[in-house]
Amino acid sequence: MEIFALFDCIISPACLLSQATGGLKIGMLLFLVASGLTLVFGVLGVINFAHGALYMLGAYFSWQVMTLTGHFGLSVILGSLGVGIFGLLFERTLISRIYNAELLVQILLCYSVVLILDDLVMIIWGDEFLSSVGVPEVFQVPPLFIFDAIIPPFHLAIIGMSFIVGIILWFIMTKTRFGRLVRAAAVNPKMLEALGININFIRAGVFMLGSFLAGLGGALAASVGSVVSGMGNSIIIESFIVTVIGGMGSISGAFLASLIIGMARSFGAVAMPLFTDGLMFLIMVLVLVIRPQGLMGNKKK
Amino acid sequence: MNLLKKDNFQRDVFLGLLVWFMLIIFYYILPDPGIHDIIQKVFILGLFAMSLNILIGYLGLIAFGHAAFFASGAYTLGLFLQSDFVLNLAGFSIPVAIVLAVLVSSILATLIGVICIRLKDIYFSFLTLAFQMLIYSIILALVNITGGDQGLMGGFPKPPFLGIDLGKPFDFYAFTIFISIITIVLLRQLIESPFGYGLRMIRDNSERPAALGFNNQKHKLIAFIIAGSIAGLAGSLQALLDVGAYPEWAFWSKSAEPLFMILLGGMHSFLGPLMGALIFEILNDFVTANTRYYGLVLGLVILCFVLGLKKGLLDWLLIKLNRK
Repeated sequence: MEIFALFDCIISPACLLSQATGGLKIGMLLFLVASGLTLVFGVLGVINFAHGALYMLGAYFSWQVMTLTGHFGLSVILGSLGVGIFGLLFERTLISRIYNAELLVQILLCYSVVLILDDLVMIIWGDEFLSSVGVPEVFQVPPLFIFDAIIPPFHLAIIGMSFIVGIILWFIMTKTRFGRLVRAAAVNPKMLEALGININFIRAGVFMLGSFLAGLGGALAASVGSVVSGMGNSIIIESFIVTVIGGMGSISGAFLASLIIGMARSFGAVAMPLFTDGLMFLIMVLVLVIRPQGLMGNKKK
Repeated sequence: MNLLKKDNFQRDVFLGLLVWFMLIIFYYILPDPGIHDIIQKVFILGLFAMSLNILIGYLGLIAFGHAAFFASGAYTLGLFLQSDFVLNLAGFSIPVAIVLAVLVSSILATLIGVICIRLKDIYFSFLTLAFQMLIYSIILALVNITGGDQGLMGGFPKPPFLGIDLGKPFDFYAFTIFISIITIVLLRQLIESPFGYGLRMIRDNSERPAALGFNNQKHKLIAFIIAGSIAGLAGSLQALLDVGAYPEWAFWSKSAEPLFMILLGGMHSFLGPLMGALIFEILNDFVTANTRYYGLVLGLVILCFVLGLKKGLLDWLLIKLNRK
């Protein structure tokens, strides 16, 4: 515990700003992935343990597109769209069978898919670390210096992009017909069916959207870090933390919780470098004990 | 509260000892260290899975942080066997260390259980997961004591006691299986006792027992503590086998292993998880000998069980036998 280091950091504008940007970057990337998880849970009632594996697929897909075409934008778009389509197939073949199954069955089915995908990517792409896709050329410029804080422009781009995706998601959910149907499906799917809405279509669409978001997170992660089998196994736990803290099924809650976790990780790394992960779990325990429904969740479903 | 059932106790003890004797004869008939290793691991992991099944099968609580107690048992045993205090108890170091490991795990289970049992369904699962990962983080952070991500440093001695030297393969084999069978027989008593039926009642309809003046929370807590203690025992045996303890034993994927065993063997028959551990270990041994892609095969097998058989093998067999 180096509480003085934290204090020193907070009173220095350079450290404060660079840690805050770092935290924002971690938080916003996490939000992309976790919003998909919470959306799928909120509407389908499925705890998608395979969400981290979809994130990993996004990273591999975009790496592959990047290697073939060398175009960064294309790799992110095709990578995440590819995961969306994969998610659609996954939902139609497996997930759709377990909508009303017990929690244990859901967890085991999803986890078996994690085991299978982790090995499949090793068979296809080998078990070596693939080096990161790399930052696109536009952002290969010297970092910005604001109050002596070193801020890579690409981090700002990731933050901005995630922000835009968040706003689009908010727009879809609140302002469009699809969003209204999705929210209705979360509350009363039977009623929706009685009104002649194809509920399977809604469910498949939501799962596809959730997978797309996981893939997008993975594709962006591939540009800043290496790609490896099993890389989804820590992001899935972090996404669970965000989902629980924010309130299960609440996208705005996931946004708030992602910011909290991002900042906790960034400033936690200064104050207690060995216990940064522990700090997240401590927050998760506290939220579950004090307010089990999460910060923005409804009390009773 | 009546925790023990009197009838059938002697029969179970007899059967348990019989199995123990047969496995010892088996040791001499088939002198293959690989098979001995599988059998003792089946019992250790079987204890772990059976302890979790108290919560899952009999209480309907999906605990997803059970490896916390497995790891606490393993680390406690290792740390005590490294300490002068326990080693000075010449001749009794190992029994004392095992008892302390179970005791520490039961205390941990009490502290975590008191908080977790207040929640239901998925919230219970997430809270147990959070506590487990918190413990994982603590193990990683306390490098000076636990050795951090390298695992417990330097190993520990296994001083002989009562003429048993756990350094010898046969002694370890006989001892581990004996301890496991005793625990399983006692667990059987618990599950068939009024207390055990109370757990099933809470699982099937939690409002009814509460309305009858039954203390649901107290039952849940006791079940949680017993489950944690047995997991701690399993962890301490695993630590004795590997002469070490590793942080991965506290990671969430370690909690998934007993879930697989429960799924493979069956959650509604008493010995189902033990059978699941047998399937799991044989699969593990067979697959890793033939391919590097263990996860792929295990994943496909689990998928078949979840979507095809829809129940564990022992559950399925018992239903088949009862129909005839």
